[in-house]
Amino acid sequence: MKYVDEFRDRALAEKLSAAIHAEADPARDYNFMEFCGGHTHAIFRYGVQDLVPANVHFIHGPGCPVCILPIRRLDDAIELAEMPGAILCSYGDMLRVPGSKRRSLMSAKADGADVRMVYSTLDALAIARANPDRQVVFLGIGFETTTPPSALAIRQAADEGLENFSVFCNHVLTPAAIRHILDAPEIDPEQAVRLDGFLGPSHVSTVIGSKPYEFLAEKYAKPVVIAGFEPLDVMQSVLMLIRQVNDGRVAVENQYTRVVTREGNAKAQELVDDVFELRPTFEWRGLGWMADSALAIRDKYARFDAEKRFPISEKTAREVKSCECPAILRGVKKPKDCKLFGKVCTPENPMGSCMVSSEGACAAYWTYRRAETLAEMALEAAE
Amino acid sequence: MTALEPLGKARFRADERVTMSHGGGARAMADLIRKVFAHHFANPLLDQHHDVARLDRPEGRIVVSTDGHVISPLFFPGGDIGSLAVHGTLNDVAMGGARPVALTAGFIIEEGFPLADLDRIAASMGEAARKAGVPIATGDTKVVERGKGDGVFITTTGIGVVPDGVEISPERIAPGQAILLSGPIGDHGVAILSARQGLEFGTSIVSDSAALHRMAADMIAAAPDIALLRDPTRGGLSATLNELVEGTRHGMLIDERAIPVRPEVASACELLGLDPLHIANEGKLVCICDAVDADRVLAAMHAHPEGAGAALIGHVTAEQPGFVRMTTRIGGMRVVDWLSGEQLPRIC
Ligand code: SF4
Repeated sequence: MKYVDEFRDRALAEKLSAAIHAEADPARDYNFMEFCGGHTHAIFRYGVQDLVPANVHFIHGPGCPVCILPIRRLDDAIELAEMPGAILCSYGDMLRVPGSKRRSLMSAKADGADVRMVYSTLDALAIARANPDRQVVFLGIGFETTTPPSALAIRQAADEGLENFSVFCNHVLTPAAIRHILDAPEIDPEQAVRLDGFLGPSHVSTVIGSKPYEFLAEKYAKPVVIAGFEPLDVMQSVLMLIRQVNDGRVAVENQYTRVVTREGNAKAQELVDDVFELRPTFEWRGLGWMADSALAIRDKYARFDAEKRFPISEKTAREVKSCECPAILRGVKKPKDCKLFGKVCTPENPMGSCMVSSEGACAAYWTYRRAETLAEMALEAAE
Repeated sequence: MTALEPLGKARFRADERVTMSHGGGARAMADLIRKVFAHHFANPLLDQHHDVARLDRPEGRIVVSTDGHVISPLFFPGGDIGSLAVHGTLNDVAMGGARPVALTAGFIIEEGFPLADLDRIAASMGEAARKAGVPIATGDTKVVERGKGDGVFITTTGIGVVPDGVEISPERIAPGQAILLSGPIGDHGVAILSARQGLEFGTSIVSDSAALHRMAADMIAAAPDIALLRDPTRGGLSATLNELVEGTRHGMLIDERAIPVRPEVASACELLGLDPLHIANEGKLVCICDAVDADRVLAAMHAHPEGAGAALIGHVTAEQPGFVRMTTRIGGMRVVDWLSGEQLPRIC
C-alpha cells in the first residue's frame, strides 16, 4: 500500500493545494470536466474540492458505464437472464440498477432467474464450462478498460469450442462521447457551461493511449491532462490544466506517466479489434443516440453474440420525466438543480442514471456532500 | 478449534451426514445431540438434561439479545459460523453494558450436511463459549429438507446482567464527547470475501471475530459513565455511526487518518472498489464517552489483545446534526454515508 499512500499524503496535498491557489487567476473561472466516474468518485471521496479555490469547478462527465447503459438494454439483459435454462453473469455494480418498472437484475434473481455476480470474464467462462447444458450469457459493459477482457473471453470460448457461452455486448467508447458533448447542438449556448479543459481517464489511456484525445486539442482547442485516480493525481492534473489555460496553451499532457503512453497497449488494441467492430449508433442513457460510440461483436464471432443468438423482444423504456440527468451528464447542470434530488431520488430509490451507480454525479453529491447540497437547495428555494 | 476426535473412539462415521431423522425427535436426534452438541458444550447448566435451563437469580437488571447467524462460507480464515454465533451474541450483550451469564443456541441444519462439519462447528462453538466463560445453557435442533437451508443456520440468545449505575444508551450521546474505536476495521468482511467462491484471493487477513465482554467490563470499570458501546458489525463503522446520529440533534466528525485499517484490508478494498468504512467487523467496538474520560478508557482497551489498536477517531458535534462527516486523508471534508443496499464491487 505504500505505493498508494504516497498519492494520498496530507503534506503533499497541502503543497499542491497551495500551488493551485497561487497559480489560479482569481479574476476568472476554471471549468474542468472529469469525464470518468472514477475521477468523480475520487474527488468526492477525498474532498478534493475543499483543497482548490472556489473558482476551480469540477464538471462531472458521463463516464460511468453503469450510469450510461440505457434502460432498454438493461431490460434486454433481464430478459436474457429470464430465458429458461440461462445463467446471466454480470459485474456486481450492474445488479442493482433499476430498469423499467423499477425491476433490476437483483429483483429478477429474487424472482428465480439465475443471475450470478462475477469478478472477471474468466469466472463466466468457468461457469459455462461447469454447466454445459445451460446457456451462460456475460453482460459486457464498460469503457475501453473492460473491453479487452470481454474480447479475451470470446476468443477463449472460440478456441475451446465452448458453445454455451455468449456476451451481451454494451461496450462503449470514451472519445466519441466527449466529442458528442462538445458538439451537442441541443445545448443552448447561453446555458452551456464553458469547458476549459478535460481530465482524461488514465485507465482508459493505459489501453488506448493518449493519442485518441489529440482531436480535443486540435479541433476543439481544449487542453487535456490524462490523470491518475488517486486524489493527488487529480490535484496535480488540475494544476497542469490551470497552467495550460494561463499560458494559453492547448495540448494533451500526461500526468499518469507511470503507466500511460501515447500509443497505449497495442496487444489489447489488436485483441479488441479482432473481436469487435464499431456500432453505427448506440443509445447512452441520458445522452441519447450517438454515432460510432459503441462496439458490437464481429460476424466471425456471431455465435458468441447474445444479441444474435437469442431473440430479444422490442421494448420501450421510459425515463423519469423531470430527471435532469442529460443536462448533468453534459456538465450543464448540477444535481442540486434537479427538483427530485434527495426528495424522491436517492441511491436507495434512484430515478435517473446519475443516481444509480456510486460513481454518478448525483450519487456522489448525495453520498459525500449531502449536508452542503441540501443547505444550498434550501437557500435557493428561499430566494 | 479442537480437532475431530480420532476415529477409533468415533462418535460417528467420517462420511456420515445429517438426515431428516436427526430432526425427527426420535433416538437419532437424541444421539446427535448427545454425540455432537452435549459433547462439545458440556457444562453444568446444559447437563441439567431439562428442556429449560434454570439460572440463579442475579443482582442487577437483565438484558437479553438474540441473533440469527447465516453466513457463507461457513468456515473462513480466523473462524467459522460456530465461534461467530457465540461472539456475536456475547458482544451484543456486552454492548448493553452487561456481564453475559448464559447463551442458548438453536440450529437449523440442512439434510445431507456432513456430520464432521457439524462437529467442527459445535467444537468451535463450545470452545468459544468456554474461553468466554459463558455456558451454552440450552438449545434446539431442527433439520430441514435438502435445498431448504444453506448448510447450517445458528440462532443464539444471550442473557446478561447490567450492574446498577451503568446507563449505556444512545440517548446519553452529547456534543463534545469522544468517539473511540477498538482497532483496525474491515478484517472480518475481507476475510469472508477472500474465502468466497469465485473470489478466493490470497491474503493473510483473518476475521477479527472475538468476544469483547471482558474488555467492555474493564472499560466500564475505568469510566462507569460511558455513554455508549456498539459493535460495528454489518454495515461497518459507517452504519453504526449513522445509526447513532440519525434523527438526533447532534452530528459526528471523524478523522480518516485516525481510523486504523490494516494495509492488506485497504489493498483488498482498493482492488474490489469497496470502502473499509462499510465492511463488517466481528471483534471491534465503538465507544462514546466524555472527552475527559477518553484516555482512561483507551488505556483500558489497550490492556486487552482485542483493543491493542484502539484509537480516538473523532468527536460528537453540535454542528450538522444528523450527519457523520469526515476529514479525509488529504485534508478535504466529506459525508460518511450509510451504504445503500448491498456493497457491490465496482467494475472499473
Ligand atoms: S437527482 Fe435523480 S432524477 Fe435528478 S438528475 Fe439526479 S438522477 Fe436524475
